[in-house]
Amino acid sequence: MASLDVSGLRKSFGPTHVLHGIDLAVEDGEMIVIVGASGCGKSTLLRIVAGLETATSGSIRIAGREVTALEPAERDIAMVFQNYALYPHMSVEQNMAYGLKIRGLPKAEITRRVAEAAGLLGIEALLGRRPRQLSGGQRQRVAMGRAIVREPKLFLFDEPLSNLDAKLRVQMRAEIRRLQRRLGVTSLFVTHDQTEAMTLGDRLVVMHAGHAAQIATPMEIWARPADTYVAGFIGSPAMNFLEGTLAEGGQAVALKAGPVLRFADGPRAGGEGMPLTVGIRPEHVELAEGGILLPLDLVEPLGSETVLHGRLPGGEALVVKLAGPAPDAPSLPVALPAAALHVFDGETGKRLDP
Amino acid sequence: MRRYWPHVWLLLGVLVFATPIYITLIGSTHDASTIGRGDVPLLPGSHAAENYASAWLRGGAGRFTVSPAWRMMLNSTIMALCIAVGKIVISLLSAYAVVFFSFPGRMIAFWTIFMTLMLPVEVRIIPTYQVIVSLDLFNSMAGLTIPLIASATATLLFRQFFLTIPEEYVEAAKMDGASPMRFFRDILLPLSVTNIAALFVILFIYGWNQYLWPLLVVNDRNLETIVVGMAKMIGNGDAQNEWNVIMAMAVLALLPPVAVVIFMQRWFLKGLTETEK
Repeated sequence: MASLDVSGLRKSFGPTHVLHGIDLAVEDGEMIVIVGASGCGKSTLLRIVAGLETATSGSIRIAGREVTALEPAERDIAMVFQNYALYPHMSVEQNMAYGLKIRGLPKAEITRRVAEAAGLLGIEALLGRRPRQLSGGQRQRVAMGRAIVREPKLFLFDEPLSNLDAKLRVQMRAEIRRLQRRLGVTSLFVTHDQTEAMTLGDRLVVMHAGHAAQIATPMEIWARPADTYVAGFIGSPAMNFLEGTLAEGGQAVALKAGPVLRFADGPRAGGEGMPLTVGIRPEHVELAEGGILLPLDLVEPLGSETVLHGRLPGGEALVVKLAGPAPDAPSLPVALPAAALHVFDGETGKRLDP
Repeated sequence: MRRYWPHVWLLLGVLVFATPIYITLIGSTHDASTIGRGDVPLLPGSHAAENYASAWLRGGAGRFTVSPAWRMMLNSTIMALCIAVGKIVISLLSAYAVVFFSFPGRMIAFWTIFMTLMLPVEVRIIPTYQVIVSLDLFNSMAGLTIPLIASATATLLFRQFFLTIPEEYVEAAKMDGASPMRFFRDILLPLSVTNIAALFVILFIYGWNQYLWPLLVVNDRNLETIVVGMAKMIGNGDAQNEWNVIMAMAVLALLPPVAVVIFMQRWFLKGLTETEK
């Protein structure tokens, strides 16, 4: 158990800059999820923390100890790989024990730790089997077991659930979360799946093009996304973005689609006519008599909710998520409640608060 | 009738391969004069025991004196084993270096190894001979085997296999704290077992069948190999050859490669067809 401090971490492959200075402080026992689209640098960040890649500059400290120049094995960490990387010719037990054997732990201690981890994961019956005789979920557990027996200061997960089918993924997700809480080991978890990120993380790092776009708790990121990228990435269906300009001395936004909406939380700084991007989540759009008429081009009934796709008079797409079934009509009047608006700078995409 | 034709063709193929061996086998059971008359007997004779005894214990006699078969087969076995094991060890290590480590000149090293494919012993025989003589390895088992050991084929084969090993195994081993040689021993080697077995069969037979190099570099009768010895027993011109003993010796010379193939067959097939990854 330990803290992790990453500061000023940069990585370039030749002329290509992959990470542009990442700063991250992870507290003892915290589960941090690094989330982003592919190519955003999230795996590189994890691999640098693991010691599998070297940083171009910056430093990494685990439990206050400088580890930037150390070999992976010397960092006191354990990693769960995307394809599990279980040694195919070793039994489950040997797979879990291998790292301990290399460290030269006494046999009795190795047996004890393996048995304990196997008990924790419910894989006692599988100890004698080879990896190829196991199902995906079982392999996943063994990979976790291999990490647990190490009793590391830090767990690293590199998209460990992406090879599982949807149902198993949800189940293993909950299991990982429970296990991590119970063991209280500081963890970094990389994923491209925003649901996985939201449900697993104490805090999220949303990565975008080599930068940490936002580091905050899941609810904070959902409620107050730092920029349009984060806003569009977190939440499903994705947030709607509408073009507009600042109006009424900063008190309101004049949407390209027509209506002028007054901000509920106060004026924004900036000149009259400054371009804005206004975001509103599909679930916050309401049906209201006398609202903007939204012609629908697609209705997706999902049972407990319905997702409507339409185009505003100005041509901008708008997605609406309704609880329950939708009224059967070719177009519906919708309102954009002022309290649910997210206001971003139209040029930089940064969030604008009052 | 049509569906029997493939069988007819296949049987013909079998016949083409099997007949010379059958004739050799039959020849080894007749006396020298039967074969000397120019007959090709197709049924077993009654001299098997004495022919095999003279091949095994006496070898070639008279003008064509060679060591007894047991001696030559022992030499051949040692030579073939040294070549096969040596080739496998060297090529495992060089493939490991070329695939898993990045060092300056890695591609040059690889292509240099690759180029030796164009330079088998037969092509470089004079310089190689000179090197062996000046290293004082003439007439020694070392001189017999070392020049045949360096092997691009096996290196390429292992390289191709190593390239299919997922990078994650290397990384997991790094996480586990395995040193490079430990990774080689604990993970790479066990995964390569079937490939090694398959290669061993091929290389053992390659070594066993060596003719030109042993003929050149060894003239000590105690180091004579069976393939060379057999050829020495066949004289030119009017000489009366002991065909019955030569045939017996040929049959004996067949046995070790056949044994290796039969014994290693299971792994051999596994190595060619399946991978445990």
